[in-house]
Amino acid sequence: MTAGSGSAGAVPAVDVHSVGRVFAGRRGASVIALDGVSLTVAPGEFVSLIGPSGCGKSTLLRLIADLDVPTSGNIRVFGKPARQARIDQDYGIAFQQAGLLPWRTVAGNIELPLELHGVDRAGRRARGAELIDLVGLSEFAGHYPDQLSGGMQQRVAIARSLAERPSLLLMDEPFGALDEMTRERMQNELVRICAETAAAVVFVTHSIPEAVFLSNRVVVMSPRPGRIRSIVPVGLGDVTTRGEGLREDADFFRSLSTVRDLLHADEHGDPSGDDRPGPGLPRGVETR
Amino acid sequence: MSTAASPRRARPLQAVLAPIVLGLIVVLAWQGAVLAFAIKPFILPAPFTIGAQFAGNLQSVVAGMTVTGRNALVGLLLGVVIGVLLAIVSALVRVFDAMAAPIVSAIAVVPIVALAPVLYTMFGAGAETARQLVAALAVFVPVYFNTLKGLRQVRPVHRDLMRSYAASSWQATRAVTLPTALPFVFTGLRIASSLAVISALIAEYFGGPVGGLGKSITSAAASSNYGLAWAYVLGSVILGLVFYGGSLGLERLALRRT
Repeated sequence: MTAGSGSAGAVPAVDVHSVGRVFAGRRGASVIALDGVSLTVAPGEFVSLIGPSGCGKSTLLRLIADLDVPTSGNIRVFGKPARQARIDQDYGIAFQQAGLLPWRTVAGNIELPLELHGVDRAGRRARGAELIDLVGLSEFAGHYPDQLSGGMQQRVAIARSLAERPSLLLMDEPFGALDEMTRERMQNELVRICAETAAAVVFVTHSIPEAVFLSNRVVVMSPRPGRIRSIVPVGLGDVTTRGEGLREDADFFRSLSTVRDLLHADEHGDPSGDDRPGPGLPRGVETR
Repeated sequence: MSTAASPRRARPLQAVLAPIVLGLIVVLAWQGAVLAFAIKPFILPAPFTIGAQFAGNLQSVVAGMTVTGRNALVGLLLGVVIGVLLAIVSALVRVFDAMAAPIVSAIAVVPIVALAPVLYTMFGAGAETARQLVAALAVFVPVYFNTLKGLRQVRPVHRDLMRSYAASSWQATRAVTLPTALPFVFTGLRIASSLAVISALIAEYFGGPVGGLGKSITSAAASSNYGLAWAYVLGSVILGLVFYGGSLGLERLALRRT
């Protein structure tokens, strides 16, 4: 909230420096989830992490959020250690599951972070109403999560992640559980919300079109061990001006195939890394 | 959304009337059987006799219900408070949980009313304390176990969320853990409410002051007044129902929205 894009340029929103994460497995066998990952995200920039299941993209996001700690390397968020950034509430986060509290109304859920951080009742009400408007759920403020559709629940979760006007949004497949039509609508909405908040976004996804449509840069990752294979700049102009028409654009398709080719490089790479049988496609990647 | 009446749901009149009709049939059959087979009252008194005794001694039955009910209530409150608090400590402090688990399991297998005679000598046979403690101990076990289970139901996504908010462990407990556990606490309470009445009543069989339902049942039976003994039994059934209904009502009230 403090380190905004005002002092832009100098301090990156996220600076991941040769980070590794090893999970201890059973009987001493360990799994290398991430290996030598370095990545910088500028303030206001939209960066997607894409790759097949097990490439460590969610792990990387969790490390940035300080929900997990790297085994090696270090992560700075707005120039601070990730832990300090978490304590200072420099980021908002949304998960694949909306993760709403079922005993709280839509308004109550959105106001939760404000309540935890000591915002007074009037302040909470005002900010809550603003956010409910932003995600277009004004009529549902008094509803409970189980009365909402999956897409609406996810909108509530996004509103909640924006509650404290973070300069960084971390999103772990927030649209992963939604149907394709709802998903595209949510993407359009996210573009609009990003335009209004000017926050940097790190976005984990399985979907190539989603990554390309939303991002300034797409980070293509490869599995076992999780590494960054390539970073694709998407030359589609300012993210915040993107609209429905872009989905039909020739440049859009060009970026799509670049990302797709990079992901499919897997097949020719080292098939020995595959420990599970499966089709030729990298697992978990949607190519639609 | 799913609150719309299901087609299977019986109409209210039917729902109330059906059990009443069945109850009447059972009572009449009972009365008929006692008369037809000339069953001796010490084996099974006729329901009308029990009813008459109940009506005739209403004051003393109600007095007995009050004494036993108060003991059960004190025990229930004490057991619930201690059970919930200790479960919270166990959930927060792993070491405490490890220490408490075998002790609570031991308490769970002790036939708690068996402690009554010991407690009477500890607190004096003239006081109700022993009975209240027996009820509290009986209540503590299901409340502790259910609450602890409930406190462990927190979903990983909620835990991540609380961590991302840098919420203190007290804040996380209040915002997520306790509300998640609440339905489990009430399940424990519902079980405990019946246990409280049973334990307080049975504890009276082992000594202590007169006046409660348990003592009244034994003394009525001892003086061959079987109808009256059954009238007190009827009183204890009603007391148990009041406790169960009370805890159920409390649960409905608290969980209206989950």
